[in-house]
Amino acid sequence: MKARVHVMLKDAVLDPQGEAVRHALATLGFGGVERVRQGKVIDLDLAATDRAAAEAELREMCEKLLANTVIEKYDIEFV
Amino acid sequence: MKAAVITFPGSNCDRDLERGFAMAGADVVRVWHKEPELPAGTDIVGVPGGFSYGDYLRCGAIAAQSPVARAIAAHAARGGYVLGICNGFQVLTEMRLLPGALMRNAGLKFICKPVTLRVTSTDSVYTSGYAKDAEVIFPVAHHDGNYTIDAEGLARLQGEDRVAFRYAANPNGSVDDIAGVLSANRRVLGLMPHPERAMEAAQGGSDGSALFRALAEVLARA
Repeated sequence: MKARVHVMLKDAVLDPQGEAVRHALATLGFGGVERVRQGKVIDLDLAATDRAAAEAELREMCEKLLANTVIEKYDIEFV
Repeated sequence: MKAAVITFPGSNCDRDLERGFAMAGADVVRVWHKEPELPAGTDIVGVPGGFSYGDYLRCGAIAAQSPVARAIAAHAARGGYVLGICNGFQVLTEMRLLPGALMRNAGLKFICKPVTLRVTSTDSVYTSGYAKDAEVIFPVAHHDGNYTIDAEGLARLQGEDRVAFRYAANPNGSVDDIAGVLSANRRVLGLMPHPERAMEAAQGGSDGSALFRALAEVLARA
């Protein structure tokens, strides 16, 4: 089973890197970009076969390591 | 005072920190990150600066899951002292021994220079050697020193007098100019600037030595 975890800064947290990317895009002439948020994508190959159990385990992985929930949120998808 | 200084793969201020403790008269033991226990009789753990595990995933995130991190958490839970500097501060927030998180500097640049700080709480073993609001100069050397915490957490830090150091001129975007914070029991301190690199004139200044001296004075009596 393959899973993909998206980790993004929470909406309320300023993203200086995303803002720098937005500025760079504007410099390239892409002036219509109003906001950029940058995050991480983590792909995992899992031995699990039960999807609900895998999701519960992924959630625990996110809470304990993959995301810092003080500043980040995460989404889990199966691919 | 018996100090244990941790070394992770990628730590690079561990010897400076060892020297800082030693100059204050501490008995210092160096501890590798795979050790599941701290040396018996450890009064204070020093978590040094550097780039533990190459800053993979997030600064301090992997180190916070290492065997020695569990020993540090147990030490803190027993009321032990822990000092985390720079990457060490990042590790302590990732371990949730200190609240908040350290993000990429607002200006996105790695900042490496001496900065002026104000000692905004003298109510700790680390800061009792300074006058309230004293200005001190410690070097900073970090890319991710932009301290952030939610409004409720910030109000708690302020209300409980747990902001130990503030930047006189904010270099990295930290909320409320915060450079260093204390735990609720005031025994865990994390700060981005490097007092251990300001121990004597040859390093450009000696403002950091009062921190280690104050610590040694209290812990020698313990």
